[in-house]
Amino acid sequence: MTDEVKLYGVEVSPFVARVKIALNLKGINYEFIQEDLDNKSPDLLKYNPVLKKVPVLVHNGNPISESLVIIEYIDEVWKGVPIMPKDAYEKAQAQFWAKVIDDKCHPAVLKAILSHGEEQAVAEADEQLQFLENELKVKGSKFFGGDNIGLVDICAGYTIFWVGAAEEALGIELVAKDKFPKITEWSDNCINCQAVKDGLPTRDGLVAFYNRLFGKAE
Amino acid sequence: MLCVYIRHISPSIHHLSLMGSMSNKSEIRLLGTTASPYVNRVQFALNLKSIEYEYVQEDLKAGKSELLLTSNPVHKKVPVLLHADKPPICESQIIVEYLDEIRPDLYQLLPSLSLDRANSRFWATYIDTKFFPLYEELRRTTKKAGQDAIKEEMIDATQLLEEAFIKSSNGKAYFGGDRVGYLDVILGCFLRWIKHVDELNDFNTFDEVRVPELAKWANNIWSHEALESVAPGKETLVYFFGLIHVYRPPYQ
Repeated sequence: MTDEVKLYGVEVSPFVARVKIALNLKGINYEFIQEDLDNKSPDLLKYNPVLKKVPVLVHNGNPISESLVIIEYIDEVWKGVPIMPKDAYEKAQAQFWAKVIDDKCHPAVLKAILSHGEEQAVAEADEQLQFLENELKVKGSKFFGGDNIGLVDICAGYTIFWVGAAEEALGIELVAKDKFPKITEWSDNCINCQAVKDGLPTRDGLVAFYNRLFGKAE
Repeated sequence: MLCVYIRHISPSIHHLSLMGSMSNKSEIRLLGTTASPYVNRVQFALNLKSIEYEYVQEDLKAGKSELLLTSNPVHKKVPVLLHADKPPICESQIIVEYLDEIRPDLYQLLPSLSLDRANSRFWATYIDTKFFPLYEELRRTTKKAGQDAIKEEMIDATQLLEEAFIKSSNGKAYFGGDRVGYLDVILGCFLRWIKHVDELNDFNTFDEVRVPELAKWANNIWSHEALESVAPGKETLVYFFGLIHVYRPPYQ
């Protein structure tokens, strides 16, 4: 029986991108359904009635929501390239950093972007990114978990790429690359992976999205 | 990594060895405060799995101990799990999953099927990010209109949890079915805190007319031995609330 895998999402969501990357790493064929978040499809509302958000993975008719939950599910169901570390302790650390990224880094960076680089917001984003920078420095490896791409890389390895697109649209620097050499290097390593490249939106597409977004804000 | 955090322990910390054996170096140590539902969550899991541990109590009035600050520099919060000489593990949900990973043979908490696990993790995320934060919101909201709005959200949230419970329990007493499982632990640890906030706000979260199945479930879990032995009493809760009122005061 062939698996039927559908992913409901939007190209410009980093949470959707991370699921795409996970699917790509495993070599899973899937159908991507682009949603209009201002006009959500009946299917999306059916598959994620509680939160009504993307991404939603539908595997043989069974919906799974929340990007981190989806990624762990993908890793458990499909063998091949491992995403979660095998060691229980390493796994807990990976889950912890994924959570730090989602709870602290990502919201702070988003705020810096949406505030058009307001000083306080940028300072807070810098503070959160510093934790990540320090951890990468301590680890000293190509990817967060070692030589191979894993959960944390999938969640945030392309932060600089994303922020870079916003910076281009805004015409200002939000994250000083010289302040975060490790994160910058890490971002390059991640983006050079085919699975990541194929999961990210195009740079132009992302810049266009931010242009539209900031146009609205004005 | 050097075990820097072990070197200095504030004299205000006292040790409560809850599970019997007084070994010189406990395999598992848990940093916590009695009234924290997140700490109770981990204790609930440890007790269900009959894993021995040493409990290290943070004295809140003395300020955060050096052990805590170096163990959890990102969040500076309890619970923190110290396992042998490994660096610390933080975040209660992650700690519970970790315990299941290292001892799946001892009372497995997460279900076996991947889809069920995803479902459990989804609802755990919902409980921690959408449901329980409402209680902090309510505690800090002083205007009645605001309070009423939050109570409406609580009613909606418990309705969703009621449906989730019915699907998950399959007619049995717990989210885990016949026996206490992951979601029972994830939600059950909040019961005493929720009841306290309810009482202060003329509300009943697990009302037996609105959410009959959850109401039954709440009664069962409240007195479950693995949780009751570590849950805070009324006095502790009142004291803890007093402290929190100072650190995270009501909105103006």
